[in-house]
Amino acid sequence: MCGNEALAEAAIIAGCRFYAGYPITPQNEIPAYMSKRMPEAGGVFIQSESELAAINMVFGSSLTGTRAMTSSSSPGISLKQEGISYLAACELPAIIVNIMRGGPGLGNIGPSQSDYFQAVKGGGHGDYHQIVIAPASVQEIADLTMLSFDLADKYRTPVMILGDGILGQMMEPVEFKAETKPEIKKDWILDGCKGRKPRIIKSLILSDGELEKFNLKLQKKYNQIKDIEQRCEVLYGDDSEITLVAYGTPSRICRSVVEKLRKKGKSIGMIRPITLWPFPERAFKELAKNVKSFLVVEMSCGQMIEDVKLAIDCARPVHFYGRTGGEIPGEDEIIKEIEHING
Amino acid sequence: MDKIFEKPESIRDTETHYCTGCGHGIVHRVICEVVDDLGIREKLIGIAPVGCAVIAYDYWDFDVTEAAHGRVPAVATGIKRSLPDRIVFGYQGDGDLGAIGTAEIIHAANRGENITIIFVNNTVYGMTGGQMAPTTLLKQKTATTPSGRDEKKHGFPLKVCELLSVLPGVVYAERVSIHNPQNVLKAKKAIKKAFENQVKGLGFSIVEVLSPCPTYLGLSPQDAVKWIGEELTKEYPLGIYKGAA
Amino acid sequence: MAKIKIDAEKCKGCGLCVLYCPKGHIKQAKFLNKKGEYPVEILEKDECSGCSFCAIICPDLCITIYK
Repeated sequence: MCGNEALAEAAIIAGCRFYAGYPITPQNEIPAYMSKRMPEAGGVFIQSESELAAINMVFGSSLTGTRAMTSSSSPGISLKQEGISYLAACELPAIIVNIMRGGPGLGNIGPSQSDYFQAVKGGGHGDYHQIVIAPASVQEIADLTMLSFDLADKYRTPVMILGDGILGQMMEPVEFKAETKPEIKKDWILDGCKGRKPRIIKSLILSDGELEKFNLKLQKKYNQIKDIEQRCEVLYGDDSEITLVAYGTPSRICRSVVEKLRKKGKSIGMIRPITLWPFPERAFKELAKNVKSFLVVEMSCGQMIEDVKLAIDCARPVHFYGRTGGEIPGEDEIIKEIEHING
Repeated sequence: MDKIFEKPESIRDTETHYCTGCGHGIVHRVICEVVDDLGIREKLIGIAPVGCAVIAYDYWDFDVTEAAHGRVPAVATGIKRSLPDRIVFGYQGDGDLGAIGTAEIIHAANRGENITIIFVNNTVYGMTGGQMAPTTLLKQKTATTPSGRDEKKHGFPLKVCELLSVLPGVVYAERVSIHNPQNVLKAKKAIKKAFENQVKGLGFSIVEVLSPCPTYLGLSPQDAVKWIGEELTKEYPLGIYKGAA
Repeated sequence: MAKIKIDAEKCKGCGLCVLYCPKGHIKQAKFLNKKGEYPVEILEKDECSGCSFCAIICPDLCITIYK
């Protein structure tokens, strides 16, 4: 099963019953899979007229209490930003999948990580965040997709699953571990006002000072998420002079680099953020106590590196190696960069 | 003595923010009269647009959400497909439906979504200060057509009912007006039909309502309704464009 | 014979009811309401048929009719 299909199946197992999306490479396996599986599961599949329509259909479905998802790739995700801002403002849970491709503009269909800023800094307008999850294997795509639906409901927030073209297309064995969790009661949905007072779901807040109050309430929620939901994987954290930092596809390459160099007796480790927002700052701060320097490896011109520097307060040198435009960093290139840093 | 005319139950007893003589108040009330008549208030979900009617949720006494500009039909689609036994209607203005949300309305209509759209056409953008709308008449002066709308520069008035009526997914499209009491009653009949179609599961229904915006037409409320009856209905003929009465 | 009740405080004075009352039964008042608008008022001497045109055209739900 490829990553995209595993993601779609995991969503259905997690109870997703509404999917809307517009075709774009390299994520087309998701809508194709959904178009077949969703009706079998008693859910709704819609091929929408645009990404704008898709995210707003998800908005509509979510406000009825339905677990809803859309997926796209970079240019399409840009179009969804309007809707994501509204979802955040209306505190509606939703899953947005971005299987990133090369940009800017139409770019190419090669794998990329150049939407990091857009994903973690809030690509839409206003003071908001979304949880951003970065799987690195097909198994993790399945596990983290299920987790994403729980987080979205728990915090009433949009969650973005950030993958890249390689992860989406990659074939690996996968086991779907469906856990039965207590359902989160949604006492805020719109389903007709029978037996209760009418409800309103909106984001226009005009009264003096009220929007500031609301935004501070959102920030409180975001701080809670930062406290509880930071996730990452650390390899050889205790005794590494140099630590590689990577997520998604580059983290797989870095893992292989670390193992190779370890065999040669080099003092090297890796940290792999799994949540990009909230960024796993605590783990970085901890590592910075022992590590001499960091090397951030990305499929971009350098975006996550900013969060690494912020997380460690620039207490250690943070180096960068990146490939962009759909190119993938090779093991040899990374090793060369490490040698260069070590002088 | 018995009350023979009073406010419908589905509308809140509150003053509106609308300008003097604005037609939104009439359309809001008529929708609520229909909701009461059909007994659908408790299974109704309304969608307010961006535009002057953005805070319609303050006036309607049932579940309401508010969509991003132009996205009402997409939000309605998401709600209705998730809860097919509820009644879902979208309220849209001419900028929302006819400009920024053209793709959404055409495709919701073309999919034959079983929803009801109430489209208020007053030929100007009210909330942002009287700019040209897609439905502004040729020669009509607005904040952004100071010399009048010129087809060479600004294109032609957009005929929404005519456009949508050619789509097989549309079961009912009617243009009505609220410029006098007789026409308000006809508008109510059309809106009722548009909701009944949804209750029966027939598909997409739209009622376009010609409505006065005295403020940005630069007319008194009385002259604004006269202008609708005498001028606007020439460009936008009233009647059923699709479906049976 | 019918009776009209007008909520003068809610009325914005658009005058659409004045325009459409078939009997010319309603007129603009000479006093200002709290909104600073001249509301409409009923001419008590005239008979109201209860046609409800005034209430049907009122954008602000100011009119209740009894019969």
